[in-house]
Amino acid sequence: MAVDTHSTLGPRGQASQAALSNVPNVPGSAKPDPILDVHSVKRSFGGLTAVDVEQVQVQRGAITALIGPNGAGKTTFFNLLTGFDAPDTGEWTFNGQQVAGTAPYKLARRGMVRTFQLTKALSRLTVMDNMLLGAKGQTGEHIYAAFFPFLWSKQERANRERAMELLSRFNLAEKSVDFAGSLSGGQRKLLEMARALMSDPELIMLDEPMAGVNPALTQSLLHHIKDIREEGTTVLFVEHDMDMVHDIGDWVIVMAMGQIIAEGPPGAVMKDQNVIDAYLGTHHDKELTDSGKSLTVDSDPEGTHS
Amino acid sequence: MDIGFVLAQSITQALGVTAIIYCLAAIGLNIQFGYTGLLNFGQVAFVTVGAYSIGVVVVTMGLSLWLAIPVALLASVVLALILGIPTLRLRADYLAIVTIAASELLRLVVRSIALRDIFGGVNGINGKIGAQFHALNPLPEDFVTPYLTFSRQDAWVVFVGWVLIAIVSFGVWLLVRSPWGRVVRGIREDEYAVVSLGKNVFVYKMQALILGGMVGALGGIIWAIAKQSVQPDTFVPDVTFFTYTILLLGGAARIFGPIVGAILFWFLLAGVGEFLSQAIQAGWIDFLKPTDVGPIRFILVGMGLMSLMIFRPQGIFGDKRELALDGR
Ligand SMILES: Nc1ncnc2c1ncn2[C@@H]1O[C@H](COP(=O)(O)OP(=O)(O)OP(=O)(O)O)[C@@H](O)[C@H]1O
Ligand SMILES: [Mg+2]
Repeated sequence: MAVDTHSTLGPRGQASQAALSNVPNVPGSAKPDPILDVHSVKRSFGGLTAVDVEQVQVQRGAITALIGPNGAGKTTFFNLLTGFDAPDTGEWTFNGQQVAGTAPYKLARRGMVRTFQLTKALSRLTVMDNMLLGAKGQTGEHIYAAFFPFLWSKQERANRERAMELLSRFNLAEKSVDFAGSLSGGQRKLLEMARALMSDPELIMLDEPMAGVNPALTQSLLHHIKDIREEGTTVLFVEHDMDMVHDIGDWVIVMAMGQIIAEGPPGAVMKDQNVIDAYLGTHHDKELTDSGKSLTVDSDPEGTHS
Repeated sequence: MDIGFVLAQSITQALGVTAIIYCLAAIGLNIQFGYTGLLNFGQVAFVTVGAYSIGVVVVTMGLSLWLAIPVALLASVVLALILGIPTLRLRADYLAIVTIAASELLRLVVRSIALRDIFGGVNGINGKIGAQFHALNPLPEDFVTPYLTFSRQDAWVVFVGWVLIAIVSFGVWLLVRSPWGRVVRGIREDEYAVVSLGKNVFVYKMQALILGGMVGALGGIIWAIAKQSVQPDTFVPDVTFFTYTILLLGGAARIFGPIVGAILFWFLLAGVGEFLSQAIQAGWIDFLKPTDVGPIRFILVGMGLMSLMIFRPQGIFGDKRELALDGR
């Protein structure tokens, strides 16, 4: 499980990789300190079962990648966990508390903040206003306090400062007074991530944060994500770029056809035959159905890992 | 043709009681639709509740006007809750359907024969509804100037009305530039994004609906006091649509939008009507009868508004940049 980024790992990164080193590489394996613990979550759309996860845990303080071919159910799984969609069955805990059925805004307040695959930049708000919306516990957001600026102007200034710091980290500082709608697609991704960070989340869930971001910036973003982790935030992200997954992921969870088919450190997972099948299946059109079929059969963890 | 008279009539209408009532309705709608993005197609219902509450408390129950005003505002809060609780968790279009239906329902209830003892049926409520207000009138006589003429009673209403509009607009200005305003503008753009940042979107939408409804009810209160009469069939959906027109004309999500919109709308409507009447009388136009003026002025003003929407879709005060970002 040698990961070539060890040299750049901070103390927390090393700690979380050490903690995960004894975890068996099987789907649903128990983690030493799970921030998220999911049981039997199922969601179907008509006849299609989009998500059917028996068991999965996410280690606190780690960077976990959720990968899988298109349509595997990753976004749906995110929607379920964050309360934006309701599962047919299943329960999960966040920080040890049952949170199934909790309203999404409450989950966000508790520290579980997500971004969207299709960015939701608030177009007719400035970049700065987008950022400020992310800040938690604002007095001025109460309707009565809103009429009295002296009650919240100090807090607002502090939030602005913090927002500017984050914006410069994400190369958006010069854009702060522009409307978010004038940003490019990649810049919107960055804004959304920066906005989510405004609330100091415990767990940040990023749905394809790098899609559409130029390669030069990707490198610095990878550093930011590692920094976020060093500041104590747990990161769970969906990504198709295997280099990135390899580069910053401490742990990888692989989904295919709604199920978790493999788990482990990046190096091990990329060699896993199930994973190769699942991905090749989507890359070679003519084999799609065949490998799809074998995938469900093979997905029995006992068959490949015992 | 007396152009001076046409102008005087138009200016008087533009600043008069009706413009004030519509301006308040539009300020309320601006909070709901302009800033928060709530499709309230029943703003007339809040005006109705405001006006009828005054009528019922003062005339039917024989109580004080000063009690009636808080009752009217409270009633508008109740209406907002009734409309909002079932719909604000659903997609935006549900609120539109429910509000337009509710506003018609309300009109049919107040004009019903069964409730005639309370609401006065089709005749509505008439009497000295605003007597206590007019008793405070400090003006010695009618207000007469070359271009602006009000009766003593109307002048008092107009004065108080515009002061009220100034106060309410200042309140809205404070609100929308606060973090609260930022949240509701965020909701207008994409409520799921705002939810994902930990805001209870339902509560904010409810607050905006209530607040906008209360301001609309203020319009109804002035209506009852100024006209001393509340007639069910004046509270038709047209009132809501004029209110939208005024808001879009002035510019939605702008503090001065509803004010400029209301003044301009009534100026144009009165001006075009008066001009046509005079032109027919003078024999300039022989293919129209005086009775055609009413509908024709709406056609002309409507065409004017259409060209405004084509050439300046953001309204007079709106920001073109904001609109250009829409389709992305
Ligand atoms: N609202 C919906 N209604 C019907 N089917 C849906 C809905 N949302 C998702 N699906 C289906 O569920 C499956 C999983 O979709 P999901 O968006 O979760 O995939 P994904 O893993 O995020 O894919 P990608 O990598 O392309 O983003 C797909 O087959 C999709 O068609
Ligand atoms: Mg997806």
